[in-house]
Amino acid sequence: MAILVIAEHENGALAGATLNTVAAAQKIGGDIHVLVAGQGIDAVAQAAAKVAGVAKVLAADDAAYAHQLPENVAPLIVSLASGYSHVLAPATTNGKNFLPRVAALLDVDQISEIIAVESADTFKRPIYAGNAIATVQSSAAVKVITVRATGFDPVATEGGAASVEAVGEVKSAGVSAFVSEELAKSDRPELTAAKIVVSGGRGMQNGDNFKHLYALADKLGAAVGASRAAVDAGFVPNDMQVGQTGKIVAPQLYIAVGISGAIQHLAGMKDSKVIVAINKDEEAPIFQVADYGLVGDLFEIIPQFEQLV
Amino acid sequence: MKVLVAVKRVVDYNVKVRVKPDNSGVDLANVKMSMNPFCEIAVEEAVRLKEKGVASEIVVVTVGPATAQEQLRTALALGADRAVLIEATEELNSLAIAKALKSVVDKEQPQLVILGKQAIDSDNNQTGQMLAALTGYAQGTFASKVELSGDKVNVTREIDGGLQTVALNLPAIVTTDLRLNEPRYASLPNIMKAKKKPLEVVKAQDLGISLTSTTKTLKVEAPATRSAGVKVKSVAELVEKLKNEAKVI
Repeated sequence: MAILVIAEHENGALAGATLNTVAAAQKIGGDIHVLVAGQGIDAVAQAAAKVAGVAKVLAADDAAYAHQLPENVAPLIVSLASGYSHVLAPATTNGKNFLPRVAALLDVDQISEIIAVESADTFKRPIYAGNAIATVQSSAAVKVITVRATGFDPVATEGGAASVEAVGEVKSAGVSAFVSEELAKSDRPELTAAKIVVSGGRGMQNGDNFKHLYALADKLGAAVGASRAAVDAGFVPNDMQVGQTGKIVAPQLYIAVGISGAIQHLAGMKDSKVIVAINKDEEAPIFQVADYGLVGDLFEIIPQFEQLV
Repeated sequence: MKVLVAVKRVVDYNVKVRVKPDNSGVDLANVKMSMNPFCEIAVEEAVRLKEKGVASEIVVVTVGPATAQEQLRTALALGADRAVLIEATEELNSLAIAKALKSVVDKEQPQLVILGKQAIDSDNNQTGQMLAALTGYAQGTFASKVELSGDKVNVTREIDGGLQTVALNLPAIVTTDLRLNEPRYASLPNIMKAKKKPLEVVKAQDLGISLTSTTKTLKVEAPATRSAGVKVKSVAELVEKLKNEAKVI
């Protein structure tokens, strides 16, 4: 049976999380079809057709699918789902929004944020903020699953030669409408895809002090993240939050600056390859997971760090 | 208008959970239980709508064991008017819970249903979306702002790139993100008053819905542990180690 992967895309470009989701689909095995739903998605569909391992691209181009409103996109996916053994979406805010709606319409349970594929019906997923890993088995006719991107290495963006087929008979449900969007602008790499992440916590004291982290991040080519404390205190916008309720990252290097290391924060970054903690409190829990710890005043350490790299 | 709020009893967010030695689950014996933090935010939002004169009645509902009455009483102490417990002896999956909640929606006919965006135990982030699917209502998930105007509700949502605002027809389903509000504490007089508020108990198996699940948990394991590394003395040493030992910069 074939697997349907729902593409994540923004501003006319295929998002990286789609590549990790295709990788998860390859582990399950079977033909991989990618659905691109949206408005004006030609470029995204063409990009998806070139992705390694993709056999077919389904393009649903209609104003009803703009901004992927779940009330309109979920019935579209349901109308296609019966031909597939699995429906996968990346566990982005988009995927998390529409996919449970799809699962309920199909009358099956959804499996959220898998980090490993054991077999075509058995998967591993973290629970309790990553403090336990559950192995779950699905008996559903169509297995509906969101994929945690950091659990799978992305497939190549080139190498595929899939055909593109137009789909989408379902029109707007008429119960919801997009009003506006306010996106944070940044020249730095995207947080969930960055190789290096520099994160600041309450210890940064104010939003202005984040400029020290930005300077260090720019030297390292890193993305900048934050703990909930820093977001709640208004230092930085919420889309920078790393943790159980924010973004899950697993970069090569994670530098935690002035972050104590609460369970909820660790849930979002403890799969990073190398963790560095910079904190003045040597008892801070972050040191229990850090590969390299440096106890001291971050306002002295960060500028020095920037000088040396 | 009537607002329905769904809450869940979960292990307290500060507890460091331990996996049972037989890998059947997480050990919850003698562990502190609380209302799921996202559900507290849902209750608070409903109470604020009532204080603004928008909501006329707040019904709080939970699906779970008899002990979940404690969390319903907490919600009543925070300002809900009455409570419904759908008593289930075994742990139910999100879809079964959404079906149980739909039975309450059908009976109560609320204009707005508020849930947390996810429970901090199962971390599923599904129930609100599934309830929206079953009822056919619009959904405003991960809400950081909720504004009612006429027969619509404008919901500002936290999305990966920032914020997005959608307009939903009522009745609608909203799930809360952490930044929607700061929940209040229950005062002692309100806790006393809450004891007298009505709390109805319904058995899940009497609802005439299917509670069966298409997923089963085979085992639960502790994650691979990460051991503490080394403390370095200086920034120079740190940079040297990152360059030559870890080779990450």
